[in-house]
Order: sequence, then C-alpha cells, then structure tokens
Amino acid sequence: MMKEKKNIQTQNKKSGKGGYLFLGLVVLAYAGLSLYNAPKVLHALKVSARLILEIVPVLLFVILIMALLDYFLKPEKIKRIFGREAGLKGWLIAIAFGIVSHGSVYAWYPLLRELRSHGMREGLIAVFIYNRAIKIPFIPLMIYYFGLKFFVVLTFYMIIASVIEGLLIEKI
Amino acid sequence: MKQKKDAPKKSWKHSLIKAGKNVGNALPIIIGVLLLFGLFRTFVPTSFIRQVFSGNPFKDTLIGAALGSIFAGNAVNSYIIGGELLRNGVSLFAVAAFIITWVTVGFIQLPAEASLLGKSFALKRNALSFVLSFFVAIATVLTLNLLG
Repeated sequence: MMKEKKNIQTQNKKSGKGGYLFLGLVVLAYAGLSLYNAPKVLHALKVSARLILEIVPVLLFVILIMALLDYFLKPEKIKRIFGREAGLKGWLIAIAFGIVSHGSVYAWYPLLRELRSHGMREGLIAVFIYNRAIKIPFIPLMIYYFGLKFFVVLTFYMIIASVIEGLLIEKI
Repeated sequence: MKQKKDAPKKSWKHSLIKAGKNVGNALPIIIGVLLLFGLFRTFVPTSFIRQVFSGNPFKDTLIGAALGSIFAGNAVNSYIIGGELLRNGVSLFAVAAFIITWVTVGFIQLPAEASLLGKSFALKRNALSFVLSFFVAIATVLTLNLLG
C-alpha cells in the first residue's frame, strides 16, 4: 500500500514535468508548421482557443467535485465503494458516473488520479472512461442518424464491454 | 467547542485549494492536447475519412476502429461523420467501430492519459478498448440483423 502511494507520488511529479515538455513540443510543432502554412496554423490556433474556452466550465465543475469528494469522502469510504472490495454497487456507480459525466475526458483525469490515490481500483476507472462514450444529451442525435434500435443495442453491448475491460485490465 | 466549529471551514478551503492544484498540474497537458486537436482538425480534412474505406466489411471495421482512435473530440462529431459515412455506403460494422473508438480510444490524448493515470494503464486500456470495439461492433450489427 505504501509502495503504491509512493509510486503515485512519483508519477504525479513526473506528470508535472512531462506536461510542460509535451506542451513545449506542441508549441514547437505550431512554430514549425507556421513556417510552412501560417494561415492554417492561425486557424488551428482559433479552433484550439475555442476548445479551451469550452473546457473551462467543465474544469471548474471538476474542481468543485474534487473538492466536495475530498471534503466529504474519507479515503476509507472511497476504498469501500470503489476499492478492491467494491461489489456490484461499485461497478454500477462507475457505469452511471461515466454515462452522466460530461465534457472532455482529459478534464476528468486529475479527478480519477485523485480517486485512485485514495484506493479506487483501476478496473472501475476503465469502466468510467469507457461509459463516457454514452452521452445522454446526444441520444436524440444518435437516434436521428442510426435509429432507436441501434442506440439501445449499442449501449447494451458497450456497458457489457466496459465491465469486461474493467475486469481484464486488472488481470493483465 | 470553538475548535470543532472552525475545523470544517479550514478543511473545505484546503479541499478547494488541493482540487485547484490538482487540476492546475494537469493544465499543461490539457492545453497541449487541445492545441494538438486544433492542428489535427485543420490539417486533416473530414473528407479524407470518407476516401479510405474499401468496401470490405472486415477491412472497413478495422479502418473504422483505427480512424475513430486517431480522430477525437466531442462524441457528437462521431455521430455526424458516422451518419455521413453510412449514407455514403460504408458498412454499419465500420461505422459502429468508428463511433465506439472515437470516445473509448484516444491516440491524441494518450500522452495525457499516460502522464496522469500511468503509462501501463493508458496502454492497456486503449489496446483493450480497440480490440473490444470489434466485438461490440460485430455484436451490435448481428443483433440488429436478428431483430430485423
């Protein structure tokens, strides 16, 4: 358990440095491509700026959820719901949480990392991410393009696949 | 007694700061990924996607899953592109695989996922999601055929 916590702390430090390195490389890519096609790079920058603005409310929402979880949920409780001894309830909560969560997935990574550091099992993290593919607000659009039957059948198999993935990820 | 009343206030502030710091630490990666999306959307047109399907259901399912893994963004875009592909004669196997991997597999966000949730977890999760997309796509289409 101590070793696991130490690993997560080391990983957090690494991710901090790695993040800046990654951002630096992307900025370099922009600089390089602007020499080849400046108007297109400017357009890419505008697209990105819009995406960044869109994600701000989601990030604020994530901060709020993280703070609430940190304040109300004790690590022991997180371990009980999402930990090794998590029963059917834990899996169902992870599925439901994945389906109702909104915004870009990378906005949720810090929260998932935090929950894992408190004992959430990896299988349930995988289940959460997989079920984000089912988006409640976009259900009418999916039905419009592919029909109600397609939506129901696909959703059913995706939920099953998410559980299979969650179980497999802990075995391999 | 006074200490007991003050304690939760301190904890709430601490929780909020801690949450802010956690998200703040992830910001360089998040911004990097979004900048990468911008480049991708601008330099790789969606018309390119339509041209790569061959007509063979198995190959197209593989291509659909691969394209969904590379392209990313809001799930709604995958429905729109998937709907267009279907109208253009691309098989439902391929379109289903494309929609599934669009959200479950993230080639572009892999560095962010690996950095924040661990390299091993990110690689295993993405690989499993890619493989499972085949089974989900096949099961979905076969079930729909059975239902008529």
